[in-house]
Amino acid sequence: MAQATVLETRDLTLDGLLATPAGRALLSCIQCGTCAGTCPYGDVMRNTPRRLIGMLREGFIEEVIASDDLLSCVTCYDCWAKCPRGLRLTDVLLPLVKEQVLLRLPQVPAELQSALSNTLRYGNPMGESPRKRAAWVESAAVPVPLLRDLGRPVDVLWIVECYAAYYPRGQDNARATARVLAALGVDFAILGNEEKCAGECARLVGETGLFDTLREQNLATFGKYEFARLLTSDPHAFDAFSYVYPMLGFRRPVEHTTPFVAARLDELKPRLTRELGYRVTYHDSCVLGRHNHLHDEPRRILEALPGVSLVEMTHNRDNTICCGGGGGGMWLDTFYKAKGHPRLSDRRVEEAAATGADVLAVSCPYEVPRFEDSLKVLGYDDRMVVRDVMELTAEAMED
Amino acid sequence: MQQGGMAGAMKILVLLKMVPDVVEELEVAGDGVSLDRGFLRLIINERDENALEQALILKERHQGTVVVAAPEAPEVDDVLYTALARGADRVLKVTGLDEELGSRASAGLLAATLPAVPDLFPVDLVLTGCQAIDDLDGLAGPVVAEHLGIPYLGIVTGLDVDSLNVAHLSREYSGGVRGRFEVDLPAVVGIQGAEKPPRYVPIAKVRAAMASGRIESIPAGAAAEASLLDVVEMRRPVVAERAEMITGDADQIAARICEILDGRGLL
Amino acid sequence: MAGAVWVLAEQWRGALSDVTYELLSLGRQIADGLGVPLEAVLLGSGVDGLAASLGVADGVLYAEDPSLAEPVGEHGSRVVAALAAEAKPGAILVPITNVSWDLLGLLPVRLGAVLANFCSDLQVVEGGLEATCLVFGGKMEVRAVPRGETAVFGVLPGARSADGGRSTRAPEVRRVAAGAAPAGRVRLVGYEDPEAGDVDITQQDILVSVGRGLQGEANLDLAEELAELLGGAVAGSRPAIDMGWLGVTRQVGKSGMQVKPRLYLALGISGAPEHVEGMKDSALIIAVNTDPGAPIFNVAHYGAAEDLLEIVPALIDKVKERKGA
Repeated sequence: MAQATVLETRDLTLDGLLATPAGRALLSCIQCGTCAGTCPYGDVMRNTPRRLIGMLREGFIEEVIASDDLLSCVTCYDCWAKCPRGLRLTDVLLPLVKEQVLLRLPQVPAELQSALSNTLRYGNPMGESPRKRAAWVESAAVPVPLLRDLGRPVDVLWIVECYAAYYPRGQDNARATARVLAALGVDFAILGNEEKCAGECARLVGETGLFDTLREQNLATFGKYEFARLLTSDPHAFDAFSYVYPMLGFRRPVEHTTPFVAARLDELKPRLTRELGYRVTYHDSCVLGRHNHLHDEPRRILEALPGVSLVEMTHNRDNTICCGGGGGGMWLDTFYKAKGHPRLSDRRVEEAAATGADVLAVSCPYEVPRFEDSLKVLGYDDRMVVRDVMELTAEAMED
Repeated sequence: MQQGGMAGAMKILVLLKMVPDVVEELEVAGDGVSLDRGFLRLIINERDENALEQALILKERHQGTVVVAAPEAPEVDDVLYTALARGADRVLKVTGLDEELGSRASAGLLAATLPAVPDLFPVDLVLTGCQAIDDLDGLAGPVVAEHLGIPYLGIVTGLDVDSLNVAHLSREYSGGVRGRFEVDLPAVVGIQGAEKPPRYVPIAKVRAAMASGRIESIPAGAAAEASLLDVVEMRRPVVAERAEMITGDADQIAARICEILDGRGLL
Repeated sequence: MAGAVWVLAEQWRGALSDVTYELLSLGRQIADGLGVPLEAVLLGSGVDGLAASLGVADGVLYAEDPSLAEPVGEHGSRVVAALAAEAKPGAILVPITNVSWDLLGLLPVRLGAVLANFCSDLQVVEGGLEATCLVFGGKMEVRAVPRGETAVFGVLPGARSADGGRSTRAPEVRRVAAGAAPAGRVRLVGYEDPEAGDVDITQQDILVSVGRGLQGEANLDLAEELAELLGGAVAGSRPAIDMGWLGVTRQVGKSGMQVKPRLYLALGISGAPEHVEGMKDSALIIAVNTDPGAPIFNVAHYGAAEDLLEIVPALIDKVKERKGA
């Protein structure tokens, strides 16, 4: 089973990669095509990893990077998880190929361009003022301290990330998470408007320069404060801090909120008193689930919630179906639609609806808006809702 | 004014400026007549960015050089390096301007300074945005055109140049109507939108431009014109927080909506 | 202020625009306040007949020349500047429209006069004029006093009602010299009207925008009827386009167009951030959504927590009544 690993080399480009051991390993691909078979867009993408590596080996890479084909990769880690040789496809090869694609694209799709420009300028892809990044705190039911106001070291620096900070449904998640952390007596603080996007999705779509800039800024901010570990609501940020930040010397424990809370369920159980009465199906996220194999933790939480029965979708755990938001997919919906790609979130929601569950539980902030959209489009929004695991947990806490 | 001539390559001068970024909350300064610069961020005037894009499109189509000039302002260096990364050949920053200078005086200073810059004039075409959110007392394009003694046409969304140094332009009116114009170069053109949205340039390229590129600093060649417009007060317009909700049955609601529309001259 | 108040009568393709009458209404008010005459300035070729509707003004200065047939700022501003240099009006009101924008930019420079732009109002204060101007995209309002003999004002549509500028009185029309013929370096070749069915929603004054609440393509004709009655166009949020009810050119929002119409009717649209960012600067937003908690109500000026399928038919009837159709 493929394991997530730290990226060792900085300032790597595609050319440089092929000179490294990881690069040479990539070139030893046996061309079995499992990656293409498992790719959610394998039938609409021309340059699946198999073909991409074949083209690389034969010296035809220019043809690959001269087209916009690779923008259809949603970096779902499916190829990486299933590759029999454990090649570092999603985390290493694909972003570097996409970097070359972005450099050559005559026109970057408008929505993606906005998201990237906004992230550089405002620290978030929405283009919202950085000064409003902690505005949600005012409506949180519990105190959420800003690290710069605390004036002392803190145990947990909670990186809230962009969607949870700025989007209404994301803020629901942030408020719920704050309640849960408070109930657990966690000593935490947030950076507020000093926080900038971790930029992992920018990196995965090929904007390594943007990722590097954000990483520099975030590390400078981290360096101002004392904290024991990072906690984040966002699986992509989790990956960035765990596997890509270390190459610049950042070595601190990093956890995602779901496994963090799962590890403390015994402490929380006395507070979980409200009967929810939900039939829940849990969607494993590509990053938390497939890349990091954190499948059991969210399920343990859900099973601990009173009146919740769990039902599984056909494709679960490492076989989960991507919501389509990763690797820039969050900002490429119009592009995909123009190409006639089916919406991945629709496919997933059909599967969720087939379970007869009334709640689709998730633990990645992209999934909430994507699945809610699909529920509306498919007409299932009268019988199923989307909830983050933290929202359900907070809901089970009477107060 | 001499013509640059199409023999060889065309030379395009792009004038851009920084304006307050309204994504941030704007605050009035203590003096009650200007913006609080404390938390203010500046951003490139969107139509100037389009003017640069159109210049780069023309450069690619006809070969030529694109020179970008901007008044000094916070964050303008980033914009100028990004312009280099996008394909501009030369970027100039006019220094020594007062931060509070109005649009008209600022454009006037550029017009007075740039002709004396070595190896710059004559240019075939001057492109700038046709409008900016801080154009309270003047529009840059007309100020520069008048100073240089060349014609001006604004709200342009389509622009090409033929071998006779005639620009063929498409200008926007309302309701989707466009006017087709011919303008003899050299001229100043006020851009509303480029043929394509401003291109994205990967940050790695901008960082490379910062490492190897150069911004030429040009001291302003004259004193700023005194403004004839006295700002007596700056304040936030009163804005309602939330919708005024209309209740009743469908007919009553429809009637009230009609009343509102009528009052705004929309019926 | 000693000189007269001038209003640029905006003539385009043979007709006077409504905003001309708005400016006349405003001009009349300030001219009376200052105790000076109000003159309308009309430029064109063979359009002296249009002067008859400008009776709110005391007189009309009509400059006739083939080069003025269509409003080209390069030519018009030279003529007005020459006239003003001689007659020295105290104020020249120019509408902020695409048609007059170039003239508005060039006139103050050619005349060596001050410009106060983005005026939402003009008032007479202590024998002079004070402008209220909306700057920074309307985020700030500025009160400004112009200095000098003549001041040019760029006036936003909607500053006054056009009714106050209409009159059946026939004004005195005086032909004035158009000055030397222009060098001919700027030439209007022709107009291109938009293709039938090819609507640019960013150019529309009125948008009837639909979202998920429309429930089905079958109900689209309700929106279309309403849009037609109001003289606007139909637009939509993401779901409406994704579901194939409307084409991509009608999409408002992050992945679609940014629109700033005078009226944005948001029907069955929840108001997600990606949509709101495309329409939040609309002058008047009226939202109808069954969910009283829908975020669209945070950006709308007026709202009704009702089903659009009930409200829209009622609205169509009421509008027809008002229009006497």
